[in-house]
Amino acid sequence: MKKFKEKLSGRVFFALALSSISALALITVFIIVNGVPLIAEVGVGNFIFGMSWAPSRGEFGIFPMIVGSVAVTLGAAAIGVPVGICCSIFLAEFAPAPLRNLFRPAIQLLAGIPSVVYGFWGLLFLVPFIRNYLGGPGLSLLAGAVILGIMILPTVISISEVSILALPRQYKEGALALGMTHWQTIRSVILPSARSGIVAAVILGIGRAIGETMAVIMVLGNAVAMPASILDPVRTLTTNIGIEMGYASGPHQQALFATGIVLFVIIMILNASAQYITRKR
Amino acid sequence: MRINPRTTGKIAKVLIWAAALSVLVVLVAIILYILFKGMPFINWRFLTDIPRSMGRSGGIAPAIAGTAMVSLVAIVIAVPFGIGTAFYLAEYTRGNAVTRIIRFSAESLAAIPSIVYGLFGFLFFVIYLDLGWSVLSGGLTLAFMILPTVIRTSEEAILTVPNTYREVSFSLGGTKWQTIRKAVFPSAIQGIANGVILSLGRCVAETAAVILTAGSALRMASSLFSPTRTMAVHFYYLAREGISMDNAYATAALLILLIFLINVVANAFVNRTMAKGR
Repeated sequence: MKKFKEKLSGRVFFALALSSISALALITVFIIVNGVPLIAEVGVGNFIFGMSWAPSRGEFGIFPMIVGSVAVTLGAAAIGVPVGICCSIFLAEFAPAPLRNLFRPAIQLLAGIPSVVYGFWGLLFLVPFIRNYLGGPGLSLLAGAVILGIMILPTVISISEVSILALPRQYKEGALALGMTHWQTIRSVILPSARSGIVAAVILGIGRAIGETMAVIMVLGNAVAMPASILDPVRTLTTNIGIEMGYASGPHQQALFATGIVLFVIIMILNASAQYITRKR
Repeated sequence: MRINPRTTGKIAKVLIWAAALSVLVVLVAIILYILFKGMPFINWRFLTDIPRSMGRSGGIAPAIAGTAMVSLVAIVIAVPFGIGTAFYLAEYTRGNAVTRIIRFSAESLAAIPSIVYGLFGFLFFVIYLDLGWSVLSGGLTLAFMILPTVIRTSEEAILTVPNTYREVSFSLGGTKWQTIRKAVFPSAIQGIANGVILSLGRCVAETAAVILTAGSALRMASSLFSPTRTMAVHFYYLAREGISMDNAYATAALLILLIFLINVVANAFVNRTMAKGR
């Protein structure tokens, strides 16, 4: 009986452990099977590099949205990455204990707040601000970049902080013993040694930004056009799906699944490179 | 001119403090703004009434019920699979090809955007399994989405259980299963609970994945097969279509309070574990 239970439990745990593999396989298969026919019909080049998105005329080119996604994400990274890394240095090296104990739950809350709430805040606060002080319609690439810059902070901060805290204490002590100042130690010993973790944090933060939908759907303006400046409205891959899934049917709906494939491939590449960088160490 | 290292140090320190404090200020500003605008409209009637004229007036009771039902389905499905995977990874294997694939899958699942989960849930649960826009479709989609969170947090909790617990159990003649059930699981349970509660928070906050799978019906869901709206989805419609700013603020404030509460409860579990370990 004891032996039987022992064997059974091992098998059961193994079977449960296969769930994540099956889940990933199922997602991959269903998205690809439903999106590939349209890409095959339109042609990969025309789909990815096509400039015109007019589902009613059967034109499915998503290049402006790829540009939109990349531009908004780069903007978010330009804001979120330096601030996030500074915060992780702050938490690991400077923060007095009471402030640290306030900061960590605050970051956790920041990560937990629904993305629609960020979008709403952006719509009420950021969009009018941009319209009044910087010009343009307000609904813009810039508004999306700022919102996403804030939203990727928890990812960037927590992963960078963990990689800084994981360093052996001797690194820091050795540098300080050699007469380096605290900042010299951080800049030339701590940050370079924690580099792979920080790079992974940045890549995962970028992945979050490129995949976010509901926060940006409210502030980007969603026009399908190449943006000429950061004050222009844009549409991203995610918002394209979010806006049009509600009423699309036939080839139009298939084109949205195909947009999902492009998004899926981008995320898998980012994720694989983040994993590769952290494993290499 | 070479700047004195002490001066650079001071400049860097000021910049880092400034970055950290401004993050704190922005966060507090967002939260207080929403709470300040929304709290006055949260009352008993708002919580228990049904929405009237598309949510222009009335309450959000069906959306609260919808959120609870969808999240419950997700938790009930994802937790056994997640915890099982975590025990397998932490107790049964020492890193081989299969483990690497499991870990790669879990990390990939964590990186997939919620809108892609929405597309998948729509294709698989709503259309292929013919469950329609329903509580079940929404809950199952969210179960896929939170699976990696449950796996990661549970595995971390299991790995913090001191090895001496296992050694004592084995030395008393315990089998692996007895050791897991009687020595490891009871000591890891609080850490696991923390992960489960945080996943609940993700379910409550999610919009993109549920809007495509649970639908947007305003009526109270009567079964697992009825379509429903969650609070986050209801809020999205109120805000995006400008139906009612007061009710939008109130719903947003309620969501923030709920997430805050969930985080506090989750952290209470971890703090107790840490206090016990000392």
